[in-house]
Amino acid sequence: MSAVALLLLCVAALLAVAAACVALAARRHDGASATRWIYGATLAVSGFGFLVALTALLGAPGAPSRITLPLGLPWIGARFRVDALAAFFLMVVNLGGALASLYALGYGRHEETPYRVLPFYAAFLAGMNLVVLADDAFSFLLAWEFMSLASWALVMTGHREPQNTRAGYVYLMMAGFGGFALLLAFGLMAGAEGGYAFDAMRASGHPPLVVALALALTLVGAGSKAGLAPLHVWLPLAHPAAPSHVSALMSGVMTKVAVYGFIRIVFDLLGEPAWWTGMIVLALGGATAVLGILHALMESDLKRMLAYSTIENIGVIFAGLGLALAFRANGMDAPAALALTAALFHVLNHSFFKSLLFFGAGAVLTATGARDMEKLGGLIHRMPATAVVFLVGCVAISALPPLNGFASEWLLFQAIIESPDLTQWGLKIMVPAVGGMLALAAALAAACFVRAYGIAFLGQPRSALARDAHEVDGFSRAAMAALAGLCVLAGVLPGLAIDALSPVALSLGGARMPMQGAVAWLSIIPIAESRSSYNGLLVLVFIAFSATLAAWAVHRFASRALRRAPAWGCGFPDVDATMQYTAASFAQPLRRVFGTMAFAACERVDMPAPGDTRPASHRTEGRDRIWDALYAPLTGAVQTAAERLNVLQFLTIRRYLSLVFIALVALLTVLALWT
Amino acid sequence: MDLILGLFVQGAQMALVLALAPLLTGIVRKAKARLTRRVGASLWQPYRDLARLMRKEVVLAENASWLFRAAPYMIFAATWVAAALVPTFATGLTFSWTADLIAIVALLGSARFFLALAGMDVGTAFGGIGASREVMIASLAEPAMLMIIFTLALVAGSTQLSTVAAQMATPAVGLRFSLGLALVALAVVALAENARIPVDNPATHLELTMVHEAMVLEYSGRHLAMIELAAHLKLLLYLSLIACVFAPWSLAAPGDGVGAHLWGVLAWIGKLGLGGALLALFETSIAKMRVFRVPQFLGVALMLGLLATLLLFVSRSL
Repeated sequence: MSAVALLLLCVAALLAVAAACVALAARRHDGASATRWIYGATLAVSGFGFLVALTALLGAPGAPSRITLPLGLPWIGARFRVDALAAFFLMVVNLGGALASLYALGYGRHEETPYRVLPFYAAFLAGMNLVVLADDAFSFLLAWEFMSLASWALVMTGHREPQNTRAGYVYLMMAGFGGFALLLAFGLMAGAEGGYAFDAMRASGHPPLVVALALALTLVGAGSKAGLAPLHVWLPLAHPAAPSHVSALMSGVMTKVAVYGFIRIVFDLLGEPAWWTGMIVLALGGATAVLGILHALMESDLKRMLAYSTIENIGVIFAGLGLALAFRANGMDAPAALALTAALFHVLNHSFFKSLLFFGAGAVLTATGARDMEKLGGLIHRMPATAVVFLVGCVAISALPPLNGFASEWLLFQAIIESPDLTQWGLKIMVPAVGGMLALAAALAAACFVRAYGIAFLGQPRSALARDAHEVDGFSRAAMAALAGLCVLAGVLPGLAIDALSPVALSLGGARMPMQGAVAWLSIIPIAESRSSYNGLLVLVFIAFSATLAAWAVHRFASRALRRAPAWGCGFPDVDATMQYTAASFAQPLRRVFGTMAFAACERVDMPAPGDTRPASHRTEGRDRIWDALYAPLTGAVQTAAERLNVLQFLTIRRYLSLVFIALVALLTVLALWT
Repeated sequence: MDLILGLFVQGAQMALVLALAPLLTGIVRKAKARLTRRVGASLWQPYRDLARLMRKEVVLAENASWLFRAAPYMIFAATWVAAALVPTFATGLTFSWTADLIAIVALLGSARFFLALAGMDVGTAFGGIGASREVMIASLAEPAMLMIIFTLALVAGSTQLSTVAAQMATPAVGLRFSLGLALVALAVVALAENARIPVDNPATHLELTMVHEAMVLEYSGRHLAMIELAAHLKLLLYLSLIACVFAPWSLAAPGDGVGAHLWGVLAWIGKLGLGGALLALFETSIAKMRVFRVPQFLGVALMLGLLATLLLFVSRSL
C-alpha cells in the first residue's frame, strides 16, 4: 500500500476512535478506563502514522503517492497526496500526537470531564493529518475548518471559567476569519475555470495581481493560525486554556500545520515568488519574534508565557521562510535551500521543545494546581525528574549549544550571512536588521526561560501549593524524557535531520544543502563554499569531558569538605520566601528597557509620607498596543454597525419584501454591468 | 603524525589558556593599582586566591539543589571549551572547526544561562537581582555581538575564527571603516560581557551596584574557585578574540615549525599584556554607570555593529 493510503487509514482509525468515544460517552462508560483506551488507541495510530511518514520522507519518493476518493465535490473528488513536504509535516504531526497521547495516559487521569476532551482529541489529530494530506482546495479547507473546530472544542473544555469562554470566542472569530481568507486565496488561485485541484493551480501561471492578493490572504489565513503578528492575539488566550497535552499539540503541532499551509501555497502553488514577497514575510517574521518574546517576558502565567514564546518561534520560522523566498526570487538556489532547511529544522525543533515545555507546565499544574509562577518555586526538590527534563527544554528553546534550538538558529544566521549578494536594496537593508532582531529575540528567549525556570523550579516555595508538590506519574515522565532525548539528539546530530530534509528543499527550490553525512566527524556545513562548520556532538563531548575532568581534579586534589548553613540574607535573620525575586521583579529591568516602547509600560509608586500609616503601593501597568490600535477599533466598529442595523430586526413583512426586491434588482444590475 | 602534532598543539592551547588566565587578571589588577599610585597585590595573587579557595570547605545554603553544585563545573567547562577554540597563538587547530564564532559566543551564553540559574537557586534577593540584571545586559550584548560577527563574516567570508584570523592577516583586507566600527563595538561588548567598569565593577562590595558578584554571592570554596577561574578565562577569551581578529600577526599556521609556534606564544602573551594594560587604563579613567544607563551604552555597540553590517551590505569594500 502506498504511504497516502496508509495515512488515510490512520485518519479513518482516528475518526473511528472519536466515534467510539462518543458511543462510550452515550453509554456513560467509566471515564478512567475510557481515557486509557482512547489515549492508548491514539498512541498506537499516531505512532504508526509517524513510522509511515518517516519512511515516506526517508524513502525520498521520486513521484509523490496520490489517491483520489469519490468524496467531496462531485466533479473533482477528494484528492490526497504525500510528497516530501507533506511527509515531513505528517511526521511532525504524528510524532507530536503520539507523545501527547503517551503523556495523556498519565495526565488525562486528572481530567474532571474526560468526555469533553477524548472525542475531540482524536478528531483533532485526524483533522491535522487531513490538512497535510489534502491535495485540492476543497479537502484542504474542509480539513482546516475541522481542525479549527475540534481544537476550539478542546479550548472550551473548562467552559465554566469565564476567561476560557472568552478565549474560545476570540479563537472562533479568528479561525473563522482566517478560514475565510484562505477560501478567498484558493478561489483566486483556482481562477475562473475553477481548477480546485492543487495540480491545476500549480500548472496555471498566476498574474501578478492574483499572486499579490493570494499572498496577502494566505498571510492572513495561515498566519493567523500560526500566530503571526498582528494576528496572534487569540493564541495566548486559546492555547493555555486547553488541557496541557492539547496545549502542547496546539502550540507544537497545529501552528506547524499552519506553517505547512503557508509553505504549500506560497512555495508550491503560487509559482516563482517576487522579491518583495520575501521582504514582507521577513519583516513580519522578525517583528513577530521580538514582540512574542517580549510579551512572554512580562507574563507570569506559565502556560501563557509558553504560548507567547510560540509566537516568537513562529516569527523565527517565518523569517527563515522569507529569506528563502528572497533568495529564490534572485535565483540563489543554494542559500534558498539553506534558509528553507533552517526554517523546517526549526519547525521540527520547536515541535520538540515546545511540546516538552507544555508537558512540563502540565506536570507542574498537576502537582501544584497552579499556573501562576508567583505561586511556585523550589520544585527542583519536589519534582526532580520533571525539573531535569524541563531544564533541557529551557536550554533548547533558548538556542544554546549543544541542544537543537541552537542548531537551527545557527543555520538561519548562516543564511543571513549569505544575503549581501541579493540585488534589491530593500532586502539589503532589511536582512541585517532582521538578523539583529532574531539575535535580540534569541537573547531575550534565554532571559525569559532563565526567569521561568528560576522562578518556578528554583528558590524557595512561594506558596503551600508548591511546598506540597509531588512528582508526576510514569507515563508523563516517559513522554517528557523522550522529548528531552529528541532535543539532545537533534542538537548533537543535526546532520541527520538536515539530510532527511533535503528532498523537501529539492522539491520546493530545486536545490539542497550539501550532503551532511559526507562531512567528517558529523559536523554540519551551511553551503559548500562557506568554510563554516559546527559540530554539536563534539561540543557536547568536550563540555562533558572538561566538566568531568574539572570535577575529578577538584575532588581529587582540593578540599572535599562541605557544610550546610543558612543562606546569607545580607545580615537579615530568617531569610524567607517572600524576600526572593518574583517573576515580575525579575522582568523589571527588561520591562524598563523594552517595555516602555513595546507596551507603554509604566510603574506607579505610591509612597506615603513619613508618619502616614497608609500602605505603600507599587503597581506596573502595560497595554497591548496591537490590541488597542487594531482590534479595539475593529470590535468597536462591528458593535456600532450591529447596533445601527438592529432597527432592521423590527420591520413589517412588507418592508422586508421590498428590501429583498431591491437587493435582488441591485445584484442583477451589478451582474449585468460586470459582464 | 600530523594528527598527533595537531592534537598536541590543541592540548597545549587548552593548558595555556587555563594557566595564563589568572595571570591576565593579575596583570590588569596590578596595572590598575599602579595607575592609581598604589603598590597593588602581586601578579600571582589570583593563583593564590584560587589555591586558597580550593583548600577551603564549601558552605552550602540549606536549600541549595544539585543545580547549584553542578553549575560551577558546567560554567567552567563551557567557558574553557570556548576559550580553547579561539585562535590564540596558532590558527587551524585540530578542533577549530568544531565551533565557529557564533557557537563560541553561544557557548558563553550557555555558561551565563547556568550562572543566572545558580544565582536564583538559593532564593535570596541577591541572586535574583544579579541574575535579572545579568540577563538584561546579555540581551543587549548578544545582538551587538552577532552584528559584529556578521561584519567579520562578510569581510572574511566565513564565521570560522581560524579562517577569519588568516583572512584578516592578508593585505587584501586592509583598513576598513566597517572593521573600525566593529572594533569599537566589540570592545564595548567585551567590557559588558566581562563585568568590567563601566558596566559592572569586579571589585565592588556595595550591593546595589553589583551584577556578577551578586549572582555568585552564595558561592564559596571550590565552587567559587571554579566560577572565578571561568571569569578569568572569559576575560582571556575576549582579549584573545580581539587580538586574533584585529591584530592577527605572528599567528602560527598549521605545519609551521616549533620556532613559529613559540614565537606565536610569545606574541600572544605580549598582546594579552598590552590588552590588559589598555583595559586597566580605560577602567581607571571612567566611572561606573548606573544600571539603567548600561542599555544606552550597549545600544551604541548594537548600532555600530548594525551600521558596520549595513555598510558591508552596501559595498563589500567598505
